[in-house]
Amino acid sequence: MFLTIKNIQKSFSNYGNPEQVLKDINLYIKEGEFVSLLGPSGCGKSTLLNIVAGLLNPSKGELHLEHNKITKPGKDRGMVFQQAALFPWLSVEENIMFPLKNEMKKKKAREIAQEYLQLVQLSSYAKHSPHELSGGMQQRVAIARALAMNPRVLLMDEPFGALDEQTRIRLHGELERIWSETKKTILFVTHSIQEAIKLSDRIIVMGTHPGRILKVIPVNMERPREKHIQQIAHYEEMIMKLLKNEMDKVAEEESQYAVSY
Amino acid sequence: MQLAIKRIIFFAGLFGFWELAIRIFNIPAVILPSPVDVLLSLRESLVDGSLLEDLGASFTRLIIGLSIALIIGVLLGVFLAKVRTADETLGSLILALQSIPSIVWLPLAIMWFGLNEKSVIFIVILGAAIVMTINMRTGVKNVQPLYIKAAQTMGSTGIDLFFRVILPAAVPYAVTGSRLAWAFAWRALMAGELLSTGPGLGYTLKYASDFGRMDMVIAIMVIIGVIGVTVDILIFQRIENRVMVKWGLEQKKAA
Repeated sequence: MFLTIKNIQKSFSNYGNPEQVLKDINLYIKEGEFVSLLGPSGCGKSTLLNIVAGLLNPSKGELHLEHNKITKPGKDRGMVFQQAALFPWLSVEENIMFPLKNEMKKKKAREIAQEYLQLVQLSSYAKHSPHELSGGMQQRVAIARALAMNPRVLLMDEPFGALDEQTRIRLHGELERIWSETKKTILFVTHSIQEAIKLSDRIIVMGTHPGRILKVIPVNMERPREKHIQQIAHYEEMIMKLLKNEMDKVAEEESQYAVSY
Repeated sequence: MQLAIKRIIFFAGLFGFWELAIRIFNIPAVILPSPVDVLLSLRESLVDGSLLEDLGASFTRLIIGLSIALIIGVLLGVFLAKVRTADETLGSLILALQSIPSIVWLPLAIMWFGLNEKSVIFIVILGAAIVMTINMRTGVKNVQPLYIKAAQTMGSTGIDLFFRVILPAAVPYAVTGSRLAWAFAWRALMAGELLSTGPGLGYTLKYASDFGRMDMVIAIMVIIGVIGVTVDILIFQRIENRVMVKWGLEQKKAA
């Protein structure tokens, strides 16, 4: 398997009490696959992604990318966050060159930056400052930056969560195109059911307390998918049913939390 | 009405009122000279070149003192931000020192360095370095964690991370720190010169006062104020605004 996530457990200490955030997470991802982690807030989907990125360590369990054990962040895993996290002191182009700078000549790095700016269709903005770009454009630069270092996997943590609906829909199409052009493996965190159905080969539906995998749903649908309204509705219904219990649980816990205060 | 016009009318009114009050109440020039006297003595010091000489001397001290203070401030600020024990010990001392106006160090400085330029520069450094240190420390400590995470996923760690992410991310604080350091340095310089030796603006002010030349005293006060405001607006506020917009901390002001 390409990316193996084996028996991952993760606990945080919450005011002295250990709280289990992830329980028995096992996941095998094929090369070139687009996999979404879907679940309500608190299901640990972002935590899991951060563990794959190497930004967090699991309490137990192991992860392997090809044959390398994941212990810390590395260039083989590119990450796109909810905020673009572009460095404001660098131009758009320099931002994309950031991960390349230590391993190649400047000229070569600039060529690669140009290539990826073209991929996200922002070539004419190379010399701009990030603050001069709209939120959607910034996020496209962030995607270009993550891809420019040629990672084996692209990790995306609700990358379109902070954007307005129109921009989000456009970027879905964009991401689908980029994925088909680059053939990258993508691990995508989202709380939007439609987003997951529209983009993924497989959806990992997660539940809360402790964060765990409820079900793995392969999405067998032709791309582009917006036209297949009936099929989409069918998947939506299936996932809604799965998540209904979870959402009730979250709501109930929140009300108890409020009462106990 | 336009801002410039409002201001011109205000200042013209102020000077008119000042001149009028002196004539009506017959105030002697030793108590309060008229604005015309002040203008004349300004012209006098411009024509005989003494003003330029004083400015040159004051600015030389200021630039030496401020440069050293900024270097110390940056290094010490980074050190405090990065070394926890230093922050908990030395950091508290620096916070305490901040509440002591740097000019009160002058008696000690004179004992250490003598009644000369070095003492004044010492006062300037002390005044400016502390505020720069505190701002730099805050800047390095307040780097957005997201920047650091993003850089880590791009393979940046340790010294590389520090120089390519943490330091540039702290630039807005460094700019604000420099602006405050300049203001502190300028005040400390004038106080130091007033109590120490010349040449320099502060010293000339003291000299004029010893001879009862209040027109000269006010002329120098005006110059001190004008330079203070000009440098702040022309240099520091401009840099600060540009940095704030670029770093996304402030929206561009509508022109």
